[in-house]
This record gives sequence, C-alpha cells and structure tokens, in this order.
Amino acid sequence: MPLVDVAHLVKYFARDAGLFRAGTRVAAVDDVSFSIDEGETFGLVGESGSGKTTTGRCVLRLIEPSSGAVRFRGENVLEFSKRRLREARRDMQIVFQDPYSSLNPRMRARQIVEEPLIIHKLGARPARQARVAELFHLVGLNPAHLDRYPHQFSGGQRQRIGLARALALNPSFVILDEPVSALDVSVQAQVVNLLMDLQEQLKLTYLFIAHDLRLVEHICSRVAVMFLGKIVEMGPTASLFAAPQHPYTRALLSAIPVPDPDAPRQRIVLDPASVNRDAALKEISAGHFAAV
Amino acid sequence: MTDQGRTTNANAERRTPNAAPLLAVEHLTAVFDTAEGPVPAVDDVSFEIRAGETLGLVGESGSGKSVTALSIMRLVQPPGRIASGRLWFKGRDLMTLGEREMQSVRGAEISLIFQEPMTALNPVFRVGAQIAETLLVHGRATRGEARDKSIELLRAVRIPNPESRIRDYPHQLSGGMRQRVLIAMALACQPSLVIADEPTTALDVTIQAEILDLLRDMKAALHLSLLLITHDFGIIAETADRVAVMYAGRIVETGPVREIFRNPGHPYTRGLLASMPGGRPGQRLQAIDGSVPMLGALPPGCAFNPRCPDRFEPCPAAPPPDYAVGSEHTAKCYLHDPAQSSVVLRQAVSNPQSAIVPDAPR
Repeated sequence: MPLVDVAHLVKYFARDAGLFRAGTRVAAVDDVSFSIDEGETFGLVGESGSGKTTTGRCVLRLIEPSSGAVRFRGENVLEFSKRRLREARRDMQIVFQDPYSSLNPRMRARQIVEEPLIIHKLGARPARQARVAELFHLVGLNPAHLDRYPHQFSGGQRQRIGLARALALNPSFVILDEPVSALDVSVQAQVVNLLMDLQEQLKLTYLFIAHDLRLVEHICSRVAVMFLGKIVEMGPTASLFAAPQHPYTRALLSAIPVPDPDAPRQRIVLDPASVNRDAALKEISAGHFAAV
Repeated sequence: MTDQGRTTNANAERRTPNAAPLLAVEHLTAVFDTAEGPVPAVDDVSFEIRAGETLGLVGESGSGKSVTALSIMRLVQPPGRIASGRLWFKGRDLMTLGEREMQSVRGAEISLIFQEPMTALNPVFRVGAQIAETLLVHGRATRGEARDKSIELLRAVRIPNPESRIRDYPHQLSGGMRQRVLIAMALACQPSLVIADEPTTALDVTIQAEILDLLRDMKAALHLSLLLITHDFGIIAETADRVAVMYAGRIVETGPVREIFRNPGHPYTRGLLASMPGGRPGQRLQAIDGSVPMLGALPPGCAFNPRCPDRFEPCPAAPPPDYAVGSEHTAKCYLHDPAQSSVVLRQAVSNPQSAIVPDAPR
C-alpha cells in the first residue's frame, strides 16, 4: 500500500461574477492522480501556473480541494473532521520555498521550532526544550544560536530552521515546496545533502515540488510533470528523463541550460497543436505513463 | 608579496591595437556609505568586453555583480557611490562625463535589461509609448516615425501582432512578453553594449530558453557586445564567450568559457561547478561549506578563505592578486603563485582530491 495516494484531485478557483459577467471557474488542479511509496522521493515538476504548488497544498488540506481523494495510510484525509485532521498533520508536514517570509520575524528560532510541540501539547517544558536542542543538532544548526531571531541567520540556516520545525513532530511524510530555490547557489547543495541525509536517517517520504529539473533528476525516484493543471507524464526519473514521451516534457527538458559549453543543444519548442488536452495517461513502459 | 605572478600588466601589453576592447573597466570600486563607514560592494574590479563578445559575469547574491552593472551605467544610487575607477568606453572615460553627456550614452550606446520586467516598465503607459519615448529622447525618430519603429522593434523581438500589442499596458503581457518589450527598448537605439542583469531569473525555463535564444540572435544580427549577469552556470555555458566570476565584491577568476568549465583555477569556481546536481542520482552533492560573508564583515585576506578546502598560510594574510592560470585565464588564488609552488605541490601530494597543480591534466 502506498503511503500517500492521491486520486482524481480537482481544485477549482472561482472568479466572482461581475455586474455583466457570469462567475467562472478555473481548474488549477484538474483530475490529478498519483501515489507515493514509503521512503520514496516523488517529484512534482512544472512551470508557474501548472498547479504543482496547489496540488501540494491540497494534499495537506492547506487549500480545500473541490473533489477527489487523498489517502494517507489508506484513510481519506479529505473526510477527516477538523480534530482528526489536526492529529493527522503531525505525520504530514511542509517546508516552504521562501525562508525569509515563512518564519515569524518576531519569534526566536527556539520558539519557532518549539511551537508545533506546544500546539500538539507534546511534553512538558523541559522535554520540549531538549527536543528543540536535538532538532537544532539534527539539521546542523549551532545550539548556541537558539535564541537568535530569523534575521540573524543566513538563508540556508533559515531553511534549516524551517526544516527543524517541520520535523519537530516526527512526521513520516514531508512536502518540500521549492526548498532550495531561494538559496544562494553555493548553499543549495548543503541543504540538498541535508534533505537526503534526513530522509535516510528518519525514513522520511518526500513530495518534492520544484522547477529545477536538474535537481529533480538528482534526488527523485519518480517524477510527475504537470502542465495546465494536469499530469501529462509520470514515471521513474531515469526513464522519464531518458525517453520523455509527452511533447511538453520534451520541450521542458530541452530547455534546461546544460552547464557544459561543448554540450550539443537541440531546443524543442512546444507546438500547442501537438498537445491533446483530453488524452488520458497510458502506460508506455513499466511504471512510465504519458498522456499522448 | 612580489609582483612576479601578476598578470594584469602583462595582459595590457599583450593586447593588440585592433583588439582594443569596447569597454575596459579599470580598478572600479563602488561603496555603500553606512553608519559604520563605507562598505565596498565592488572592490577594485577590472575587466574588459570586446566588440561582439558575450562576457558572462557570475556571482551569488551580494557578490557585487549588479552594482558593477549599475556602475557602468553610472546609475548607482545613494547611499551607494562609485569611489574610484575608470570606465573606458570607445576610447573615453565615462567617469569624466557630465550627467548630460552620460544621458546620451545611457540607452543609446549602452543599455540595460533588468531582472524584473514588471518593475522595469511603467505600469501607466502603453508599451508602444515607452518604446517610442526611448527613440524620441535620443532623437532616433520623429513623432511620426516612432509608432512604426516601435512596431518594427516588437516584431524583431518576435512579439506576435505587434500592431495591436503596442496599445497594451504592461500588466496585459506575460512575463516573457514583458521581457521581450524590455529587450526591444534596450535595442531601440542600436547600442553597442547591452548589459542584461539576470534577464531570465523571474521566468519559467521554457520562456528562459526563448529569451536566451532571442538575445543570442539579436547579438549576432546587430554585432552587439553583451554583458550577461547570472548565477546560473548553465546559462553561462550556453551564451558566454568569456566568464568573470565574482565573490564578495571581487572578480576572483576570468577566462574563456571552456577554460572556466574544463580547468577552473579558483577553488570557489571549482566548488560552484562541483556543487551542481549531476553525476550519479541520489549521491550526496559536493557542497561548499559555510555561507556567503556579509560585505561589512569580510574575512581578512582572500574573502573565500574560511570556506576554502585548499586554504594555506598566505590566504588569510593578504588578498591575492591575479595569477595566470592559462592563456587569458587568471585567478586570484595563491595556488597559482609561482613563489608558492612548493607548498602547492606538497598539498597536492597530501590531499590529491582538493589541491590542484597548475597546468596538471584534469
């Protein structure tokens, strides 16, 4: 049984009716299905507006989906009561893209990491303090800096604080929404390594949302490509990168700048006419699906 | 420290008259005045751009690459200012020009494409009017011609239906289209140098590819020189002829693009190249330790030394000068100091993974 199973997820955003205009709705996520096995890193890639971030938020019900199912350990999260959902969120966490805006500037690092423990009423104060110190150590932060404020940390360190906060409740599933794209290039690799180490150490399952395809190729075991709210291709990373089937995937992969001045370049431009919006995903090779 | 290994002077002598650079930046220092005194954002930076070439300027946030671009346009705003340096452009020093003369250079002879196309365009004017303004200010068109010329420029940057698009406001255009409008404006007066500061950072990867193709085509068609500022080595590999790598306000390495990728001379450049995802999937990446220093609190000596895997005795003592690494290839790193060769060799023996031997096959 997969850890996370997303089935026919749909999210409409309504555009309000105006005086002379009927209300319309836009499908930001349009019948998306995928599942993530325990211990795996599943990549969700796509460009801005593809619906990848909305999909991630719907999985945690940070945005309420319009329809579909999100099964976590077999149970449909979308049917949970508020109380049950709060319980479930101990096991499902998210790390946001921007470490500058996702940490409260008025709270000390210690308070930021401790907050989830307080909300979930876990442990007395001394136990919580010990746990915070342990988390600091886990993500490679100096415990001497526990009482600093977010602005006193660099971007990479801030992202480590965000990660410590996400791990405070010992989740098994973490959504990483562009976790390194706001960081300096020389610091990105440190955080990527930390993510890989923590996954191994804590047996974490990741949903990795990103637009950096080189990074996705490096750390994800399977990938889904989103285009205009739909998954147009999904499969094992190696297979998808080596033999992309959907015209959009081909265009996307050919657009990645290759850091080698002698690499041959062949740009594939997407011909919108070649995309059949109604095509269903079908299996091309083992586990590799494309909507062609 | 002797001057034995310095190459700046040697380079100047090697320069043949017909290869005179279009722009030569010499010892540029730009500072920001703070309560604690002036903080150098650009520290004694020298480089040149030749006619028709693309120089890629790579650096992370705070490395001084954008301030360098603004300095060339003399657009550094207070509390920032250019403290010293010369900007030789087509035989005259831009630093000696009055503001009026400088205005006739900006946009007409040197133009700048910004990172964020939404903030660089004025939201209350139609894009056609904004392109026309550039032409009118520099006397490149009369009012009657300006409209037709604007349409022509939009067509040149491959905007569909330019006749109706000139009546659009910036918010009616997508990010990629806005960046095309900015490129059209930058090219309106047929400048000889275009500075593009992270022109694709805000864009999706497929749009980025289109914009880079467009810049490349325009450069070839109009015989432009291009100063392309980016943090992405992929973009550098695809567009640059030569590369300058900036770290903490200094250019730490310069060389032809192939040299930089095949035989990087500075440990920072090597670290950046090695840290990129690639190699075997799932493997740990080769990260650079530590983080980018704050400009007001740079470590003494080589600013990279606390993060450097190859650090040795002279590094924290004084900032290294440029040393030759290869032909037209220099690095500010004591590993390339001929006087230090014994130390470098010893390091290479004790730690063959990290130390490099100059000119050793890699």
